[in-house]
Amino acid sequence: MAERSRLELIGRRLLSAVPSVFGVVLVTFVLTRALPGDPAVYFAGMMADEASIAEVRQRLGLDRSWVEQFFAYVWNLLQGDLGRSLMTGRPVLTELAERLPASLELTFVALLFAIGVAVPLGVLAATRPDSWVDHLCRVVVTAGVSLPTFFTGLFLVYIFYFLLGWSPSPLGRLDFLYFPPPHVTGFYTIDSLLAGDFETFRAALNQLALPALTLGLFSLAPIARMTRASMLQTLSADFVRTARAMGLAGSTVLWTYAFRNALLPVITTLGMVFSFMLGANVLVERVFSWPGVGSFAVDALVASDYAAVQGFVLTMALLFVLVNLTIDIIYTLIDPRVGVEG
Amino acid sequence: MSNVPLLEVDDVSIEFRTRSGVVKALEDVSFTVAKGEIVGLVGESGSGKSVSAYAAMGILDAAGVVTKGRIAYQGMAINGAKERDLQALRGREMSMIFQSPRTALNPIRTVGRQIGDVLRRHGGATRQNWRERAIAALAQVRIPDPARRAEAYPFELSGGMCQRICIAMALACEPKLLIADEPTTGLDVTTQAAIMDLIANLCRARGMGALLITHDLHLAAESCDRIVVMHAGHVVETGPVQALFARPLHPYTASLLAATPSPDRSLDDIGAIPGNLPDLRAPLPPCRYRTRCQRALEVCDREPLPALVEGKKEGTQGAFGPLHPQPTANAAGQLRSGDGSAVAPGGTGGQNPPHPNHHTVRCWNPLRTEEAA
Ligand SMILES: Nc1ncnc2c1ncn2[C@@H]1O[C@H](COP(=O)(O)OP(=O)(O)OP(=O)(O)O)[C@@H](O)[C@H]1O
Ligand code: SF4
Ligand SMILES: [Mg+2]
Repeated sequence: MAERSRLELIGRRLLSAVPSVFGVVLVTFVLTRALPGDPAVYFAGMMADEASIAEVRQRLGLDRSWVEQFFAYVWNLLQGDLGRSLMTGRPVLTELAERLPASLELTFVALLFAIGVAVPLGVLAATRPDSWVDHLCRVVVTAGVSLPTFFTGLFLVYIFYFLLGWSPSPLGRLDFLYFPPPHVTGFYTIDSLLAGDFETFRAALNQLALPALTLGLFSLAPIARMTRASMLQTLSADFVRTARAMGLAGSTVLWTYAFRNALLPVITTLGMVFSFMLGANVLVERVFSWPGVGSFAVDALVASDYAAVQGFVLTMALLFVLVNLTIDIIYTLIDPRVGVEG
Repeated sequence: MSNVPLLEVDDVSIEFRTRSGVVKALEDVSFTVAKGEIVGLVGESGSGKSVSAYAAMGILDAAGVVTKGRIAYQGMAINGAKERDLQALRGREMSMIFQSPRTALNPIRTVGRQIGDVLRRHGGATRQNWRERAIAALAQVRIPDPARRAEAYPFELSGGMCQRICIAMALACEPKLLIADEPTTGLDVTTQAAIMDLIANLCRARGMGALLITHDLHLAAESCDRIVVMHAGHVVETGPVQALFARPLHPYTASLLAATPSPDRSLDDIGAIPGNLPDLRAPLPPCRYRTRCQRALEVCDREPLPALVEGKKEGTQGAFGPLHPQPTANAAGQLRSGDGSAVAPGGTGGQNPPHPNHHTVRCWNPLRTEEAA
């Protein structure tokens, strides 16, 4: 396929994300209105009477029609105004901007760990059926499916912090002895490297290790299972037999022929896993006092903090759209058949 | 050693160990392919043609095990050889064209690149020139506009075009032995003829040997020097093409020929042979054609099949002699052949292979000349 038509395909994918984004905005709006609890009551305080609640309601714009509220919401969104958090009194955008990098750093490191273990494991298991690697793969997959995240998290803390003392205390992103590196990306590991501060980098990595491991273990299973199944399928495909019949080197057959084809469903799985992880973050952030968006969202939900919940759901949904878009684009780059009708 | 055949399959048995039981896919299969000759391998679907081909290339599935016999390329053992040694052989010395051309090509790699992979591995092509070499390989099998085709992905090409790409790939490094599994299926008659011409020319000009697997008896009759007939994992009959088509000896061969009266019919649409192939997982009688055979004798259920060669007794046209000189000691009852001469059952070992041009059959009651005529 010509390069131009590929670019065109990618452009089309980007455009097709626009309706999704609009849908996301609409759904978040409706969802948060449908939540139980009346923010006006909450915000007016314990001692409020009918009159003051009504006044608060008016001030928040909650007395207007839903249509009006929606347009106001979209208008504000366009200006980057997500409203103010009732809990902290700060703009929701600021809160999210501060916390999102923490969650993303955790998720990315966990995902990298999971890919780094699960993909080789799946490939080895598929090339050596019924060997010990294959059995290990099966154990990992079963364990990953059956162990709840918070249990894995607490268990790891118990072993590595309490018993062995190898890990720093599981409280937040950085031990109190260190200062956060100057903000560039918001990822402490990357920012500290950019600043050339290796000690902070190590501290940040130490702090990251257990929560990332917890989250990574959770996502190992689907990746390993898909890699193994997909490799088994391509290894027995006709075109792999052709490659073998042509005497191509074992490594060419395995990587260029079998693995590249097997990668396609694995990439789809990665997208799904990433989205799961955004959800699983909530629990892991709780266990490790990680100052991410997940724990913020739980607090906001409990407090009926409309604006904060809305902001959180919107962010997650946009991330979701972004992840799917990225997967689609990677797919378009790898598979020439994408986008061909019929 | 000039009289060592290119490919020698000698008394080979193969089993597939599957979940639903052991499939006895091949039993005591023997045939050879010599330099410069085209050998046709014919038989119904499921008779073990592809399995024989995979075994010859050493590319059986992991579930497939050669339990007996020897497969050799120019005297070098294929079964039991190191994978590394086989890799050096495949694609350069011996190569193969597969049955289903669409799935036989990597769907996410351009066909030019795939041919380039083979040329870089065996044909001395480099990072700089593989593209031209691949285009040349495409041109060699008369693919129009080869430079543009080389940039295509398999899904952008027709089945017939994919098949020609596969043929180009198989022939790219000028192998000495070509195994072609239904190479012309799905091609129109003109292309089919062109492809067969190409293969025949390579055999004549370069002394390439070819094993042509086909359903199409007419194609086999036109292009092959010798024919090997398979049924349910047995080689039931082999012989030079004229003799075999003029005087089939095995009842199965005879009904195959009877069932394909016109040139445009192939084995695919045979309705005439009664019965089905037996289940290769179940216990099998010595003759796997037994349940379909109308010439069966009492001995067919009892004794291992004899290997007989036609005209072995000097000057006695239509008479059979044992393939191997020593009849087995426990052989029960001798068979009376048409002219009253004795026919002794032979052993099944390959210790004394017949001349390749002999017309041989494995059957207790083969057809006589006068019956076949
Ligand atoms: N991987 C496998 N596992 C189990 N059984 C197999 C396997 N491959 C082949 N067989 C069995 O071996 C027998 C011969 O199959 P083969 O593919 O060689 O037939 P064929 O003569 O090539 O038929 P066709 O004309 O349809 O291609 C069949 O009974 C088939 O079921
Ligand atoms: S051996 Fe007997 S049963 Fe088998 S084909 Fe010959 S005559 Fe028929
Ligand atoms: Mg076949």
